[in-house]
Amino acid sequence: MDFLLWVRGPAFDVAVAIFLIGVVARLFEILLLGRKPLHSEPKGGEFGNGMAEIFKRSVPLPDIVKRGAVTLVGGYVFHIGLFITIFLFVPHIELINSIFGVRWPGLPNPVVDGVTVVTMVAMVVLLVHRLLQPVKRMLSGFEDYLTWVVTFLPILTGWIAYHRLVNPYPLILGIHILTVELLLIVLPFTKLMHAFTLFLSRWYNGAVYGRRGVQS
Amino acid sequence: MADSTTLGESLRRNGVSRRGFLKFCAATASMMALPPSMIPRIAEALEKARRPSVIWLSFQECTGCTESLTRSHAPTVEGLIFDSISLDYHHTLQVASGEQAEAAREAAMHENMGKYIVVVDGSIPGPGSNPGYSTIAGISNYDMLMDTVKGAAAVVSVGTCAAFGGLPKARPNPSGAVAIQDVVKDKPIVNVPGCPPIPQVITGVLAHYLVFGKLPELDSLKRPLAFYGQSIHDRCYRRPFYDKGLFAENFNDEGARKGWCLYRLGCKGPMTYNACATLKWGLGWSWPVESGHGCLGCSEPDFWDAGGFYQALSIPTSNVTRTAAAAVAAGAVIGVAAGLANKAKKSGAAKKHQTVTVDQLGKG
Repeated sequence: MDFLLWVRGPAFDVAVAIFLIGVVARLFEILLLGRKPLHSEPKGGEFGNGMAEIFKRSVPLPDIVKRGAVTLVGGYVFHIGLFITIFLFVPHIELINSIFGVRWPGLPNPVVDGVTVVTMVAMVVLLVHRLLQPVKRMLSGFEDYLTWVVTFLPILTGWIAYHRLVNPYPLILGIHILTVELLLIVLPFTKLMHAFTLFLSRWYNGAVYGRRGVQS
Repeated sequence: MADSTTLGESLRRNGVSRRGFLKFCAATASMMALPPSMIPRIAEALEKARRPSVIWLSFQECTGCTESLTRSHAPTVEGLIFDSISLDYHHTLQVASGEQAEAAREAAMHENMGKYIVVVDGSIPGPGSNPGYSTIAGISNYDMLMDTVKGAAAVVSVGTCAAFGGLPKARPNPSGAVAIQDVVKDKPIVNVPGCPPIPQVITGVLAHYLVFGKLPELDSLKRPLAFYGQSIHDRCYRRPFYDKGLFAENFNDEGARKGWCLYRLGCKGPMTYNACATLKWGLGWSWPVESGHGCLGCSEPDFWDAGGFYQALSIPTSNVTRTAAAAVAAGAVIGVAAGLANKAKKSGAAKKHQTVTVDQLGKG
């Protein structure tokens, strides 16, 4: 119980502080990098093309479907699953509501439960694929495995806590929250930061292509 | 004082029928999750049990635990079990007071040295804090407790205050309150937490001691597994609504009227281990969740400081919004500072940049 109170109190505060400081500082730094002024006459619109690019890049190219089916399908399944388990599970919505004051309807727990299992399976498949494929293995470093672990642990511990497979419950709930705090602390300083920079960089690419009148 | 009357004799004297007695034994067996084959043994043991001496100490408490216990009386047989232990000292229930009362306690201790049970409700000001916060007959709670448990066979901490410090220990804990198990280290201790505990749970623990001559099996928080082995959530009749995702959003909406899950209204059932959902209260009449209010988690340590009673269990206990706002501001400052430093570095590099002509290159 002491442990649960600690992870729900001071530890959560520290994790949220590190997470927000890291994310905001990095975003500001990236935005302040600036770009050299372009003197050529624009050949097309910037903003609209940038926005379109954000969506266009979510549609896989036929070539990628053929060559990287596991990565593609696994990646999609696990990202959508992660979104559902984080944002559509009622206890999580209550947490978000307590911080930001917004709430929305959740999904029935058995649905979230099923999605969680599918998400974990997809993540394991992706890890095995990464280890078995010589090219992927060669490209992978410590950070890739670290980010996999810190993403996987909250899902696993949350699932165990939901099914109450560890007794007493306050212990496993505390472990679950602690792993989430670990994820929050690691996120801004690793490639997990793509959660925030992804749309920014897609828009930027689209905007540059638009201005130059290049097909993207 | 503990006398030679057996429990069986005492019960008959009080007009309890054999049928009523066996019914109680069956209820006790099922409550403690014992097989039916144990019922005759319980009956036999209780029949022959000598009335043990019980000294009941009340310290920093609200008397709610004693109130709860007395609700198991009249005319239930659990109440008679209490007639049938020798309750030698209980300063709420006893008529005597002052020196007379203290003399009764000392006499009971002396006569039953090593055999009596000490039941405690309420926390005590810790050894390091001002003893003046709570005294009885001029004796500090700590001194009275330590003196009384010296010759005890076992200690039963009744209520969350005695078991875990409870309300007096809630932040900022002005009296330096501690639980009984924090200071009593050399005696077998059973914690019977709850604010208050269910009457049958208090009597059940004492009945177990009478039958088996030892304390029941305990969990990691020294609570009897028979009563605290499962969470409220696992035994809650509203659990199917939790699983379906049907929640009451406030105490007056459709969900509340239809008896949906109270998780969003702050029910602490998932983390609380107690028998409320199965034994219920008021002779099995109802219990908090059945009456439409979430569980407060009163049988868990530090329940008073475990976040708001009306906030869902998943909500952090600290003021995260304030932390978040400060962190965003700090992040912005750090980010801008880093951006400016990068710019300065870039313009510094541009200034230091020396151009060379083709001729100069040719000379090299």
